[in-house]
Amino acid sequence: MEFPFFELDFAGNRLLIAVVAILHVMINHPLAVGGALFIAMMERRGIRLGDRQWDQAAYRLLLFCFIITTSLGALTGVGIWLSAALVNPGAIGSLLRVFFWAWFAEWLVFITEVLLIIAYVETWKRWDGPRKAAHLRLGYALAAFSWITMALITAILGFMMEPGAWQASHRLVDGILNPLYLPQLAFRTCLAMAMAGAMGLVGSWWLSERGSAFRQDLVRFSCRWMALWSLPLAAASAWYLAVVPPVMLERAPTALGTMRGEGAYPAILTAIAVLLGASAYVALSGWRWPRALPRWSYALPFLALLVLLAAFERTREFVRKPWVIAGYMYANGIRAEDYPLYQAEGLLKHHPFASVRAITDANRLQAGQEVYQIACATCHTTAPGGVNSVHARFEAMLGQGPWRSAAVGQIIASMHGSRAYMPEFPGIPAERRALAEWLVAQHAIHRPGAAAPATTTPSPAAAATAAGTER
Amino acid sequence: MADPIIPVANDLPLALPLPAPVLSILLVLLFALHIVFVNLMLGGTLLALAFELLGLRDPRHDRLARVIAGTVTVTKSLAVVLGVGPLLLISLLYTLPFYAANRATGQVWFLIVPMTALAFLLSYWHKYAWDRLAGHKAVHLAIGGMAALLLLLVPLVFLVNVQLMMLPGRWQAVQQSGFLSGLLLDGVLARYLHFLLATLAATGLFLVWYLTRPAFDLAGELPGETRAGLRRRFYTLALVASLLQFVAGPLLLLTLPPQGLSWLMLLHIGLGAGLAAWALWWMWGEIVRADDGPEALGWRFWRIVLMLGAVVLAMATGRQLYRATILAPYQAQVAERTRAHQQLSAHYRAHPAPAAEEDPLAALPGYAAARQSCMACHAVDTRLVGPPMTEIAALYPGPEGIEAMLRYVRQPTQPRKVRDRAEYPATMPPVGPGQADDASVRAIAGFMQEAARR
Ligand code: HEC
Ligand code: HEC
Repeated sequence: MEFPFFELDFAGNRLLIAVVAILHVMINHPLAVGGALFIAMMERRGIRLGDRQWDQAAYRLLLFCFIITTSLGALTGVGIWLSAALVNPGAIGSLLRVFFWAWFAEWLVFITEVLLIIAYVETWKRWDGPRKAAHLRLGYALAAFSWITMALITAILGFMMEPGAWQASHRLVDGILNPLYLPQLAFRTCLAMAMAGAMGLVGSWWLSERGSAFRQDLVRFSCRWMALWSLPLAAASAWYLAVVPPVMLERAPTALGTMRGEGAYPAILTAIAVLLGASAYVALSGWRWPRALPRWSYALPFLALLVLLAAFERTREFVRKPWVIAGYMYANGIRAEDYPLYQAEGLLKHHPFASVRAITDANRLQAGQEVYQIACATCHTTAPGGVNSVHARFEAMLGQGPWRSAAVGQIIASMHGSRAYMPEFPGIPAERRALAEWLVAQHAIHRPGAAAPATTTPSPAAAATAAGTER
Repeated sequence: MADPIIPVANDLPLALPLPAPVLSILLVLLFALHIVFVNLMLGGTLLALAFELLGLRDPRHDRLARVIAGTVTVTKSLAVVLGVGPLLLISLLYTLPFYAANRATGQVWFLIVPMTALAFLLSYWHKYAWDRLAGHKAVHLAIGGMAALLLLLVPLVFLVNVQLMMLPGRWQAVQQSGFLSGLLLDGVLARYLHFLLATLAATGLFLVWYLTRPAFDLAGELPGETRAGLRRRFYTLALVASLLQFVAGPLLLLTLPPQGLSWLMLLHIGLGAGLAAWALWWMWGEIVRADDGPEALGWRFWRIVLMLGAVVLAMATGRQLYRATILAPYQAQVAERTRAHQQLSAHYRAHPAPAAEEDPLAALPGYAAARQSCMACHAVDTRLVGPPMTEIAALYPGPEGIEAMLRYVRQPTQPRKVRDRAEYPATMPPVGPGQADDASVRAIAGFMQEAARR
């Protein structure tokens, strides 16, 4: 399915989805999924101890979660839809057809969740005394429904990485029960819970008086919660890592460090491990000696878990490449089954939104630009300094230029082999050449007067045949 | 002006989860439900602002404004969450036209997300800071005003999109000349007017119920107001707004592109207008009635609501019929093209075209693996990104060379880059066993030695 071209020239299409999606889980996991249960347990504690302070703190925390989840949380959720549909409409269109009922069910659960949180907030003050127990049940129901929304959406995320038996059957159940589903769900559940405890710990800053007995009690409660959830979290992480396909794991260094930072992968992993270790230490010592915990450390576990979550999401999104639906559709929106057609007859001929149908000398550059729009723009930008700018990528390989378009063309022809996160070039050789020429011309515009060292100063062995032919 | 070129794309080869007519009916129902809450959200925001302004003179209005602002917390959450269902359905039923229109309006289309999020945060602020900002009314009004402005813009962006999706011939033109040109599409502004009037009418009716129902603590919340007074005031608002629809509606019909009109569609619109006239007559009866007291709401109110509900359904059905009619020829072209595309695609899957440029080295063992993993950067006798194979073969001769090369690609060093970065900017990436196992790297090494010899 073809669509009008769309490009965010500086930030890049991928970044749009990434920012919205990561913001969404950063709000959803701690504030909605974990937060609902955490707040209900705070309320329960207040009832058990007969202590109004717990009740008040729980209510204030709930109000915060309510305001954020029903504005930023809900809207970034819708935003994932809108941005994904802008960047990769064919993929969202396909997912919708496969997962319609899952999404529809999720929608009903989501409506219930919103009604429950409104009711939970609005009745907090009114359902007191004899009705308090019923109010607490409202909190449990909210926690359950928040979790179910996440459980449903995780099925779809797992599917995009590994459709499993769906590839052959095209049946919804097979799509949902993809091999990554349960491990990922376990991981997200434990992470969301741990994050809620971390939120409680930061929250005790403004939910309780400094030095009060209640402060200590709240800190201990949050820390114990975190510590207890971190054990299943570790187990779920191990389970999840064990089922992610190994090819995807090999791409994790690039995902976390980008190509230039791949070498920093061990350092990044160490940094994450140190942050998590420090958080575990805060959790354990806060549980044991809440009074001794320095105030600045309250924020540490929350920040650490946010970093972990963002890294996880980024990696999950990245390692799925070059696919948007593994084995079925590439990130450039082209289905694997259509590749033979396009590689035989060309992309432009079959793209109703392209202005060039057949490449001639006169329209070659225009053709190259349109090929770029179809084959590369989902993941790259062309603006100088843009995110994952295609010019910067080629400069890293070929130097400042001017480049030989034959060299550019040859790189494009086989780069998916060594950079497996890029799909194979989907068009015919003439289109590849036009793309290479357009890239060279664009690069010359962006970098006028660039010195011409790298490619034109060939290594000794190549000097003799500097005008090598394109292969 | 020449006829615009209509870009006909091919459809997805996956079946719809439900027959299209069932999806259309669901779309009409769920959309109507969503739009009612959008009306209440926007209407509540606008009326709260208006009464707060009046409240500068008379504190009674300020209290009323505050009660109305309180309802927005609930209606706005429902408006958003109820919007997801119709969004799913329209994307499913009209994947191509809807997403094409989204892309054509690109950045502005996406702006509805941050605009709505900001509007919601502002409206919370507006609500919860009412007392704290009582001494700074200008600031407080500005917060409410910003929220209202944003909430007025969002539906406009939506309208441009749903209007544009029906006009495939205009996609590229609007994309090129920008979002504002979409505002001038036939029917957009008239539809917006229609929507704003519906917003005032729906909110008026809602407030009649909300403020005069028995459970509402009128004396406590709004001292000085009477049920009869409130009832009359908000019925009048609903009545006047609805009367104006008898101007806005025909204006919309006249400005819509005529290709989508059909007798069936006009029948539904006419039916809706007739039922609306009836409901207005009942409303008038309520305004002139003297009866006061909590029980005054009763069946007279609910029959008006039911009747107007029927009006909304009739109008929404008419609208869906219009959309189906105007898009029918395009959908038929798309179906035709999809069939042709799938045949052609199946043909090439069964008989892939031979590689257009045959490589003389292709017959050598190890070629396929080398092409897969190395030839983006290494050519035979030219420097591409990395050194040519002739240079590599000279550095790694014989059987030990093959083993050394295996060790090298697993953990490459960068001798040339270290020597002179400006001359050699590129990095040799490590090649993991997931990409090429030991056996294939050995085959590649053998291939490089052999290719260099040719
Ligand atoms: C699925 C998304 C995707 C698509 C489609 C895509 N690329 Fe890439 N490309 C990437 C990513 C990700 C990187 C690595 C960026 C990083 O880590 O810095 C990359 C890197 C590159 C590099 C550097 C490779 C190297 O070995 O150093 C080049 C050159 C490149 N892309 C060109 C292209 C061209 C030309 C196209 C269109 C034919 C294209 N890409 C399509 C995602 C993509
Ligand atoms: C992304 C581009 C790229 C890819 C893909 C690539 N190489 Fe390289 N290769 C380089 C660069 C750049 C150098 C030069 C590094 C330096 O000396 O600084 C190099 C150097 C080498 C050398 C010379 C080592 C030395 O001792 O000087 C060998 C051998 C080699 N590559 C083998 C391979 C093999 C085998 C593959 C495929 C499995 C491969 N390369 C894939 C870019 C690449």
